[in-house]
Amino acid sequence: MAEQEDAIIRVRDVTVQFGSTRVLDGLDLDVKRGEILGFVGPSGAGKSVLTRTIIGLVPKVSGRIEVFGVDLDAANSSQRRAVERRWGILFQQGALFSSLTVRQNIQFPAREYLRVSQRLLDEIMVAKLVMVGLKPEVADRYPSELSGGMIKRVALARALALDPELVFLDEPTSGLDPIGAGDFDELVRTLQRTLGLTVFMVTHDLDSLYTACDRIAVLGNGKIIAAGSIADMKASQHPWLQQYFNGKRARAVVA
Amino acid sequence: MSGDPTLERIAQGEGLALCAAGNWTARFAPALERIVSDAEKLRGSRPHIFIDVSQVASLDTFGAWLIERLRRSLSDASAEAEIAGLSANYSSLVDEVRRVGPAPKAASESLLISGMLEQIGRTVAGIGGTVIGLVDMLGAVLAAAAKVLIHPRSFRFTSTVHHLEQVCLRAVPIVVLITFLIGCIISQQGIFHFRRFGADIFVVDMLGVLVLREIGVLLVAIMVAGRSGSAYTAELGSMKMREEIDALRTMGFDPIEVLILPRMLALVLALPILAFLGAMAALYGGGLVAWLYGGVDPEAFLLRLRDAISIDHFIVGMVKAPVMAAVIGIVACVEGLAVQGSAESLGQHTTASVVKGIFFVIVMDGVFAIFFASIGM
Repeated sequence: MAEQEDAIIRVRDVTVQFGSTRVLDGLDLDVKRGEILGFVGPSGAGKSVLTRTIIGLVPKVSGRIEVFGVDLDAANSSQRRAVERRWGILFQQGALFSSLTVRQNIQFPAREYLRVSQRLLDEIMVAKLVMVGLKPEVADRYPSELSGGMIKRVALARALALDPELVFLDEPTSGLDPIGAGDFDELVRTLQRTLGLTVFMVTHDLDSLYTACDRIAVLGNGKIIAAGSIADMKASQHPWLQQYFNGKRARAVVA
Repeated sequence: MSGDPTLERIAQGEGLALCAAGNWTARFAPALERIVSDAEKLRGSRPHIFIDVSQVASLDTFGAWLIERLRRSLSDASAEAEIAGLSANYSSLVDEVRRVGPAPKAASESLLISGMLEQIGRTVAGIGGTVIGLVDMLGAVLAAAAKVLIHPRSFRFTSTVHHLEQVCLRAVPIVVLITFLIGCIISQQGIFHFRRFGADIFVVDMLGVLVLREIGVLLVAIMVAGRSGSAYTAELGSMKMREEIDALRTMGFDPIEVLILPRMLALVLALPILAFLGAMAALYGGGLVAWLYGGVDPEAFLLRLRDAISIDHFIVGMVKAPVMAAVIGIVACVEGLAVQGSAESLGQHTTASVVKGIFFVIVMDGVFAIFFASIGM
C-alpha cells in the first residue's frame, strides 16, 4: 500500500440512468485517503445513487470506478470480496438484520470472514459498542427494541466490525436530535482519528459539515458542481451553494 | 503479503519483554488470537513483564484489544504489566479499548428436556390465547360492520372491490384448474373400482355428492387459505412493522374498519363464488373422464346426476363457504396484527396463518357434517 496521497475512491465519467431519467451525468470524484468527505446536494439529486453506484448496488451506464485502486467492474469475485472486506457501510435506515440481536448483528461480518473464538468475537463486539458510545447491556436486544439513535450507532458498529479503512455513511445524523447528532459527528471524528478511517458521508446536516468534514463535494445536475473546504463553499458564486451555505439556517449554525 | 504478526520473548535480567511486530489487524485475527493465548500462559513466570509494541506495523481494534487483553491477563495483584513503545498514532486506540469491560453473557439456551417441556407448556397456553384472539377479532369485525351499516358512507367500496379482484378474480384460473383435475381423478378412480361390481354408473352419484357437499368447498377453502390468507397476513404484518397501522390509528381511523373489514368482506363474497366455480369445474372434469374413460356419455351422465343429487347437497356446500371464508380471514388478520418488529416474526406469523387457517377450515367442516346429519340434510 504505497499510495499515500492518492485517492482511495476514484470515480471517472460515471453515468447512471433510470429509464430515461439521467441521474448522474459524467460525474468525476476523488476521495483521498484519511479524509472525511461530506457529500451534499439537493434532495433527489442522486447522492444516495452515487453511494450505491460506488458500492455496486446500482448499475452504471458508463464510466469507471476504482476503490483502493481496484476497478470493481474488472475485478474477479475474490478481488471484489477483498475490497468489500475493507469497507463498511452505514445505510440510511440502519439496515440491521431484524431477526438477529445487536450482538449477532455486530459479530456477523467477523464470524463469516475470520476464524476466531466466540470469546474474542464477544470481546471485540463489546469494544465496538463502547467505541460507538453504547453500553454493553444492549447486546442482547433486538433492533426493534432500540431507539433511532441507538440503531444508527449499532449500524455504525456493524460497519466497523472488520476494522475497515473506508466507511460510507448515508445520512448518519438524519433523525437524531441536535445533541445526538453532535455526538455522532464527534464520534465519527474520533473514530477517524483513532482508526485512520476514510469517511464518505452523505449528509444534509450543516453542523456535520462544519464540525466533522475535511472537504465537501456538492452534487447538482448529475455532476460535482464544487468541491473544497467550507470556506471555498461559502465563497462560491453558485446560486444553490449561496443559498445553502449563506442562507438563514447556515447563519444560525455559524452564530 | 509479508508482515505476519509475531510476539518475540526476550529475557531482560529479572524481567521479560514481549516484542510485538508485524500487522496486528483483523486480517490476521486467528493467528493473533493463538499468539496471545500462548503468551497469556506466561503469567506469573517472571516478576516483571512488559509488552513492547514499537515494532508493530499496523494496529486496529482487534490488535489493540488483544494487546490489552494480554496486558490484563499478565497483570496480577503484585505487578502491573505495561505497554511500552506505543506510538502517538495508536495511543488513542489503546486508550479506547482500555475502557472495554467484560462481555455480558449471552442468554443461555435452557436444557434440552426442560426446554422441550417449556415449549410444550407455552404451546398449550398459546392455544387458549389463539382462541381468545380469534373471538376478539370476530367481535371487532362485527362491531365495525355494525358501524358501517349505521353510517354506510364510511364503507370502503373501492378497497373492497380491489381485494375482491385480488382474492376472487385472480384466483379463478388456478382454482378452476385444480378442481377440474381433482374431478377427473375422482371419476377415474371411481370407475376403475366400481367396474368390478358392474356399477360404473354409480360413479356419477359419488362424484355429485362428494364434489357438491365436501370436496368442492373444502379444497377451494384450503387453496384460498394458502393463497389469500397468507397474503393478508403478510400485508398487515409489514404494515404493522413499518408503523403504518399506528399511523392510521393516530389519524383517527379504525384499522379494523379501514383495513380488515374490506378484506373480510371480499373474502366472504369470494369464497362462495370460487366454490361454485370449483364445483362446476370438478363436475365437468369428472363428466369428461366418465365419458372418455368410462364410456358414460354426457346425456346419461346428466340424467343420472339429476336423479342422484338434490338441491340439498348444493345448499350444504354453499352454506359452508362464507363461514369458512370468515374463519380464514379472521385467522389471517389476527396473525397479521400479531407480527413483531422482525422479518423472522413476519415469516412465522404468515406460516401460522396458513396452518391455522387450514386447520380451522377442516374443523368447521367436521362441525358442519355433524350439524347437517342431525337436521337430516
